[in-house]
Amino acid sequence: MTLVLNRIDDRLIHGQVVVGWGQPLDVRFIVLVDDAVAASDWERELYRMGVPPEMELRFHSAAEAAPLLDAYRLDPHPGILLTGDIATMRELVLHGGVREVNIGGIHHRAGRRQYMRYVFLTAEEQQALRDVAALGALVTAQDVPAARAVPLEEMLAHAEDV
Amino acid sequence: MSEPVAKRALVAGHGDFAAGLVSAVEAVTGRGELLDPIEVKGLCGEDIQLLLRKRLQAIGATVIFTDLQAGSCTMAARRLLREMPGVLLASGANLPMLLDFVMSSADDAQAAARGAVERARAAISVYEAPT
Repeated sequence: MTLVLNRIDDRLIHGQVVVGWGQPLDVRFIVLVDDAVAASDWERELYRMGVPPEMELRFHSAAEAAPLLDAYRLDPHPGILLTGDIATMRELVLHGGVREVNIGGIHHRAGRRQYMRYVFLTAEEQQALRDVAALGALVTAQDVPAARAVPLEEMLAHAEDV
Repeated sequence: MSEPVAKRALVAGHGDFAAGLVSAVEAVTGRGELLDPIEVKGLCGEDIQLLLRKRLQAIGATVIFTDLQAGSCTMAARRLLREMPGVLLASGANLPMLLDFVMSSADDAQAAARGAVERARAAISVYEAPT
């Protein structure tokens, strides 16, 4: 197995990730890539307490994570690569090897426009997702496994009607 | 019989968890007004934390009930505890827990919540047909 899900989710560790995806995919480890979380003992402990004991949680800054991804892909167990924002995922895609990107949750904030129930983007973030796709990654939005994976361009077109 | 304002609590969780549980508490006891259901659909963690803080301050509550230990409401509430150390968080909330809380004779909300957590643990059972 390998990294079975590369997810952008501003809530990072939460129910959809640990239970919704984690259980059906039999996920044994999560690689959480976030500069602020990686630099804070308190933040790391907060997230560590949110995962079941059988699930390993690794924390890295974006710069640390990029060269480690190949090793994570060789892990015999299934794992999730998780970032809290598009810029961090774009950095990892740029490094190579991330072929699919799941948009799991980018929520409302001033200056963002709604594209789906759980996806709100600024114009810059919209472009950043297109950049990720242009790098060769298949970008879809899907909050939970039972939902349909909505292709990036379909999602962005839908916003015209919101 | 009116209840003291200090005995109120927030309930937050996924989907319609909070509204559903509070509706059930109201149906069983008529004391649903002691619980404030929080709707968090579409909010990021930061906004959930902000909403919880506002509601706690608005109703003068010092107790939050949430659903999943790993859920975003629990995460947001745990962050809030750093700013508001007088608040108590109980995760893994269920109907027996909330019923016990609203019916508790404890003087303050946190004592009622601690007792409710223990009673809720004991209220989980498995039944099988006799063979």
